[in-house]
Amino acid sequence: MEKTKAAKGRYWRAHLRCVGILLLIWFLTSFGCGILLRDWLDVNFPSVGSAPFGFWMAQQGSIISFVLILLGYKFWMERIELMLAKDKGESK
Amino acid sequence: MTQDTWNFIFIGLSFALYIGIAVRQRAGSTKEYYTAGGGVSPFANGMATAADWMSAATFISMAGLLATSGYDGSRLLMGWTGGFVLLTVLMVPFLRKFGKATVPDFIGDRYYSKTARLVAVVCAIFICLTYIMGQMRGVGVVFSTLFEIEISTGVWVGGAIVFFYAGLGGMKGITYTQVAQYCVMAFAYTIPAIFIAMTLTGNVIPQFGFIGEYSANGESLPFLDKLDNINTELGFAKYTSGSLPRIDMFCITAALMCGTAGLPHVIVRFFTVKNVKAVRTSACWTLAFIAVIYLTAPTIGGFSRVNLIEKLQDTPREEVPEWFGHFEKTGYMSWQDKNGDGKIQHFGPEREKVGDLNELTFKPDIMVMANPHMGGLPKWVIALLMAGCIAAALSTAAGLLLVLSTAISHDLMKKVVKPDLSDKEEIRYARLASLGALLVAIYFGINPPATFIAKTVAFAFGLAASSFFPTLLMGIFSRRMNKEGAIAGMVAGIGFTLAYIIYFQFMGGTKDQYLFQISPEGIGFLGMLINFAVAFTVARFTPAPPHEVTELVENVRFPGGKETAAQDH
Repeated sequence: MEKTKAAKGRYWRAHLRCVGILLLIWFLTSFGCGILLRDWLDVNFPSVGSAPFGFWMAQQGSIISFVLILLGYKFWMERIELMLAKDKGESK
Repeated sequence: MTQDTWNFIFIGLSFALYIGIAVRQRAGSTKEYYTAGGGVSPFANGMATAADWMSAATFISMAGLLATSGYDGSRLLMGWTGGFVLLTVLMVPFLRKFGKATVPDFIGDRYYSKTARLVAVVCAIFICLTYIMGQMRGVGVVFSTLFEIEISTGVWVGGAIVFFYAGLGGMKGITYTQVAQYCVMAFAYTIPAIFIAMTLTGNVIPQFGFIGEYSANGESLPFLDKLDNINTELGFAKYTSGSLPRIDMFCITAALMCGTAGLPHVIVRFFTVKNVKAVRTSACWTLAFIAVIYLTAPTIGGFSRVNLIEKLQDTPREEVPEWFGHFEKTGYMSWQDKNGDGKIQHFGPEREKVGDLNELTFKPDIMVMANPHMGGLPKWVIALLMAGCIAAALSTAAGLLLVLSTAISHDLMKKVVKPDLSDKEEIRYARLASLGALLVAIYFGINPPATFIAKTVAFAFGLAASSFFPTLLMGIFSRRMNKEGAIAGMVAGIGFTLAYIIYFQFMGGTKDQYLFQISPEGIGFLGMLINFAVAFTVARFTPAPPHEVTELVENVRFPGGKETAAQDH
């Protein structure tokens, strides 16, 4: 019982770390690149085709990153759940 | 063949397809569909959710808004797709584990209180109603263009069709119908963009054309420079720079994102796949399918801006192509020859300051439908687009109507007011509720609270962001949050947001009265912060939730139990 509890604790922390990191990327690609740092990025980053970097991020890049973030979430969570299943198996 | 014949052929065919699928599917699998172990694949469910999610606001209004506001329009692009990330990582897996299909149900149980449920129902009603208003406006735009009638008549025609369509019953419930609708919408949206990308930029892929070279009329310069040139020449802000204050841009985007994560009708969709693992896969597909449309929208916006100006600016009225007359007739575009030279001139604020009069006004909502006309595309492409618009508006409007009527008949009447309600009475209440809601929506469809559809819909998201999003989030991630905190938070959040919107949209509040320069579209974000603050403060001074509830919270956080059993097949 105690061990299952510890396993669950590890699972929840791993899960929170996964969500936290992905949401950080989520914030940086949308609010960061698309809005807050937009002007700076337009000047200092290479243009995408003829589009300034910040503008491109706001109109296209952020959407592409969101799809990648969800893909990352899927595979990451599958690994974490595998870890929990193993953890639980050992504690029995 | 005339345009009308083409339109009716395409719309007729698409409807025959939806009804055909609905009838075929009804026989064997409707029951299966509603059970948790239903065999809907994540791929199909992803497509269906995408169709459900993309409404008239996305399909009809968004590109037009991008065309007129350039960079500022990014708030919708990022807001509505980014919200999906929040929804997937913060909400859906847990609510799925909890196993109750409606949001008021979750709130009622998690916060162990009828009052909480009641407040949630009221919030759901406000959110759905605002959302349907936008959809009705969209339906009206489509039908008025189709039959060349006034928009108000169009809204009535559309309302009648939505009522009939929602009444078909299973229609909405059947995933495969929505799969077909998604396909129609995706083709209808991308094909005109591809055609126009070829003529304007010589590039087959619109997204590459958008960041590539403009090559029509013997000119050669980057397409975005062309857009910037057009805008500065006419006295508008540069296409790529926009004119919203940054804080407003931030708040609107945040409100749309958080609102997405609190929208009742999208959350329900994820109950149709068999387990949490499939939910995550399904969410990837959904967002990928949504991205197809969202990545195309800015290109349509840009292309239609260029086409509109190239075709109309300084053109004598009698040389203007026939389509302009159609849109004039329905009131979407209008021209007043102010300087008496017989030519059309369109000018922005900068040029008007120096005395050039703007003669052309148009509603942004019409841009998507006008786009293929302006690009001179074949008639079947225009007909396909019309079929897509109708699919987008009808599917979402009918779906929302169902959620709204269930909220009233099931969550409100049966669970709170009158627990001994018979099934028959419940259905009667549901019908009455959907008729009532539709009439309200029609009224606001004719007299919309905002100048374009996407903005009306943005209000719905603001309301969701300020009420459901924080309450659900705290319900999952905080063991200590109790009913007093949650109720106070929801009431404060949605109350503040609603009051702010009503004050500025209906009671004549002016821009300089905006709180921190935040427009009513973005106020949901502030409402959300208020919700959090009030909830935590109240919860600190009131008793902790009972033991069963902390256990419930513990339980939704972990996979296992019933979930693992279901994973086996």
